[in-house]
Amino acid sequence: MTPKEHTSQTLTDTVNWHLAARVEDFPENGGACVYVEGKQIAVFNFSARNEWYACQNMCPHKQQMILSRGMIGSQAEEPKVACPFHKKTFSLSTGKSLNGDTCDIDTYPIRVEEGVVYIGLS
Amino acid sequence: MIDVLVIGNGMVGYKFCEKLVNKAPEGFKITVFGEEPSPAYDRVHLSEYFAHKSVEPLLMAPRQWYEENAIELITSEMVVSINREAKSITTHKGRTFNYDKLVLATGSTPFVPPIEGSNKSGVFVYRTVEDLDAMETYSKNAKTSAVLGGGLLGLEAAKAAVDMGLEAHVIEFAPRLMPRQLDEAGSDMLQATLESMGLHIHLSKSTASIDGDEAMTSMTFTDGAALEAEMLIISCGIRPRDELANESGLEKGERGGIKIDELTLTSDCDIYAIGEVASYKGMTYGLVAPGYDMATVAVEHLTGADTKGFTGADMSTKLKLIGVDVASFGDALDEGKQYKSIVFEDKNAGIYKRVNISKDGKKLMGGILVGDASNYNMLFQMMLNDMTLPPHPEDLVMDTSRQGAAAGNTVDMLPEGAQICSCENVTKGALVQAIEGDGVEQFAALKTCTKAGTGCGACSPMVNDILTATLKKMGKKVRKVLCEHFAYTRQELFDLVKLNNIHSFDQLINDYGKGHGCETCKPAVASILASAWNGLILKQDTIQDTNDRFLANIQKGGTYSVIPRIAGGEITPEKLIVIGEVAKKYDLYAKITGGQRIDLLGARIDQLPEIWEELINAGFESGHAYGKALRTVKSCVGSSWCRYGLHDSVSFAIRIEERYKGLRAPHKIKSAVSGCRRECAEALSKDFGIIATEKGWNLYVGGNGGANPQHAVLLAGDIDEETCIAYIDRFLMFYIKTAEPLNRTATWMNKLEGGLDYLKQVVVEDSLGMGKQLEAEMQLLVEAYACEWKEVVNNPALRARFKHFVNSPEADPSLKFDKQRAQKVPVGW
Ligand SMILES: Cc1cc2nc3c(=O)[nH]c(=O)nc-3n(C[C@H](O)[C@H](O)[C@H](O)COP(=O)(O)OP(=O)(O)OC[C@H]3O[C@@H](n4cnc5c(N)ncnc54)[C@H](O)[C@@H]3O)c2cc1C
Ligand code: SF4
Ligand code: FES
Repeated sequence: MTPKEHTSQTLTDTVNWHLAARVEDFPENGGACVYVEGKQIAVFNFSARNEWYACQNMCPHKQQMILSRGMIGSQAEEPKVACPFHKKTFSLSTGKSLNGDTCDIDTYPIRVEEGVVYIGLS
Repeated sequence: MIDVLVIGNGMVGYKFCEKLVNKAPEGFKITVFGEEPSPAYDRVHLSEYFAHKSVEPLLMAPRQWYEENAIELITSEMVVSINREAKSITTHKGRTFNYDKLVLATGSTPFVPPIEGSNKSGVFVYRTVEDLDAMETYSKNAKTSAVLGGGLLGLEAAKAAVDMGLEAHVIEFAPRLMPRQLDEAGSDMLQATLESMGLHIHLSKSTASIDGDEAMTSMTFTDGAALEAEMLIISCGIRPRDELANESGLEKGERGGIKIDELTLTSDCDIYAIGEVASYKGMTYGLVAPGYDMATVAVEHLTGADTKGFTGADMSTKLKLIGVDVASFGDALDEGKQYKSIVFEDKNAGIYKRVNISKDGKKLMGGILVGDASNYNMLFQMMLNDMTLPPHPEDLVMDTSRQGAAAGNTVDMLPEGAQICSCENVTKGALVQAIEGDGVEQFAALKTCTKAGTGCGACSPMVNDILTATLKKMGKKVRKVLCEHFAYTRQELFDLVKLNNIHSFDQLINDYGKGHGCETCKPAVASILASAWNGLILKQDTIQDTNDRFLANIQKGGTYSVIPRIAGGEITPEKLIVIGEVAKKYDLYAKITGGQRIDLLGARIDQLPEIWEELINAGFESGHAYGKALRTVKSCVGSSWCRYGLHDSVSFAIRIEERYKGLRAPHKIKSAVSGCRRECAEALSKDFGIIATEKGWNLYVGGNGGANPQHAVLLAGDIDEETCIAYIDRFLMFYIKTAEPLNRTATWMNKLEGGLDYLKQVVVEDSLGMGKQLEAEMQLLVEAYACEWKEVVNNPALRARFKHFVNSPEADPSLKFDKQRAQKVPVGW
């Protein structure tokens, strides 16, 4: 089963918003993986900051589909996720590799409306 | 507004823009021309493009960055001429742009030697993402490939060919690999290692022709030999793209490239040239670092700032080729035979090291490292800073343990000006200033504030050494605070948690921390909370390390392993059968562990609760193999069966395992009980081990297998079971309360002031008067025990968290397995 297409509410010309799941499907201050348009996307409910983030689920270090199970936190003001395998960390806001020894990751726009989480894909 | 046009949007052209907007956000209008369709990307890591299949992760900056900084980026457009009189340039689309200042950063292009047939299809170069795309498409219908050129880049290309699933042959004209960096012995060692990885290497071969009809099928060498290959990657060096100089009359270097002076100015003082296209004193540089230096100088000159100028660059390199360390620095080859060399070779391990030292034995002049380049940084610094060599210079290449000590001293010996981080140009002086002057005490903070170690990261160990050495010199006792979020040691936090009755991470960080936690403090606090209250850890699942969050050990590929508790290693045939049945039903790989139990590997996250349910129904419970917790209490068969046995080691082991099961600690805890001095259970290698004596039991503590094996030492002798348990309660509780995060008991005891004597006083003599309290605290934890697996199995909300996708019941489609000896294993990574 793939998630239903949200009546594609297009903000700009390029971003299509896809329904991911409901707010309560995601643990507080943690993440889970959603399957959208054939893509594995890690979604994080950073409730301590009242923020949501979405990024690719694949950790670029060993190409593992795992980042959604990573631990989130902050480095100075930067929100980040640490891969469970070797704790490589990535900025959730920019996707930058914070250890500087792996590639960066893709991040996606995300919005929450009436208890539903949407992800923007271009 | 000064109009600056940059021709070439490669690594160096980009760096120029970045530095210019940082230094002078206003006053310059920058326009950049790039012939490639994509904005500048990291060519150094070009091979990673194969993994990403997208250029995005490699971009130096996204297009948006150029917009935000008001830089006009024009891609897919080549500049074809410069009109110096009119101060304008023209592109291939016929558009003309005027400039006040012009920057040439056109890089270089691969050199294709004039070999007959090099225009056949199947022949490629390795420089741009388009090259890689073309190669990858072509490789789908090919099996064999060759690489022309056994230099740095050629070997990288060969690795790419292997990754594309091709048989790969490397053809080098010189009699050795990487002829500019390695001597013959170094090349031999590298060759042997590469061949063992399946690469074919042909030296001293010169290619006469590339054969085939329209597409190549083979190549012929001048010695008459031939090689079948459906693809060829040419990697024979580079040629600067200096064609714009020709018609416009800019002066060129003797061996090509656009001639620049120390200020990176060409023969026209409104035109700079930087990067691979620039020729300084007849030299062009095929590395990125000198290009960045030139970009810095150009920006400094352009903005009227002070500049040290560009005076040449060191060509020392360290890299990992297909997983093999290779480094070469200074005068590596000593072709003038002016020095003495010391060589170390270990054919077994594939290690070759050579250093060249001055005839008087005082200075290091250069060297080669193959197979192990761990001390490259130190050696390179010694050479750059003209440091006096240690009394036994052979230590530099030989004994790694002594090297550690030597390296420790050498950070002290380094002069202030020594460049530690070459990516960001940070000196030792700057690091020391940050530590002494600005009071930085943490490695991460030091990296952030000086930028050292944020580039390639190779200097990180040295930065850390300097931090430790400087703090020591300042007389600072390095207080091990947890991380940037908690300015407390683990012991202090443990006390705060207990005193203030704190049960959650959120409360602790609100009251005593700052920020939002991280992968260091969250699991440490999780462990403290578990050791203090032994509540259900899944109540705060997202502060747990992944193993604790999913109550199983994560394995390659993202599946988990399941280890039920088998106390003391004793198991009934009925239970054995259940384990076998479960393994069969879920297609799990089964293995006996080192701790006398059975590991079932390869369970998908969604299968975990089902597997646990079946095991629990058969009377099993969690073995906590995933936690920083009590693991196993091994036992020998003991007096029930063994003719030497003094006491029943199995029963005692089971009693102990039942008591401490689920106990969480700063690190994992292992134990064992042996029925006599023959010690079949290997109790002396455990965190606490018990051995039967004529009169009772001996209790040993602080043993460790693992990376730094250490024997346990006697804490108390000839004691009865009850006393033994009381002492273990006290010992473990004392350890749990006072150890640093992730310190095993051995490490903790090694650091404990007063050592074993002090420990005996606290535990056996009760010198602190805490004995009863420690026992009571342990009792509390024992009583609070509940099987975590069972909680999940019986709680639908918890159970729902065990799946790969929250919006689909499907399993992770990327999971892949191979077979090995009739069982499944994950595909390698
Ligand atoms: C596979 C690979 C691995 C490497 N590994 C390393 C390494 O480990 N360490 C290291 O230091 N170096 C390495 N290098 C070298 C490094 O990538 C180069 O030194 C660096 O990219 C040079 O930067 P540059 O900006 O001078 O040239 P480039 O990055 O080549 O940029 C020049 C750009 O200008 C464009 N251009 C040229 N002429 C025109 C024109 N007339 N109009 C418009 N645009 C034009 C080109 O298309 C190109 O995009 C490697 C290179 C490759 C290919
Ligand atoms: S340790 Fe002693 S009692 Fe135990 S099995 Fe070995 S010999 Fe027998
Ligand atoms: S796989 Fe993610 S850090 Fe290694």
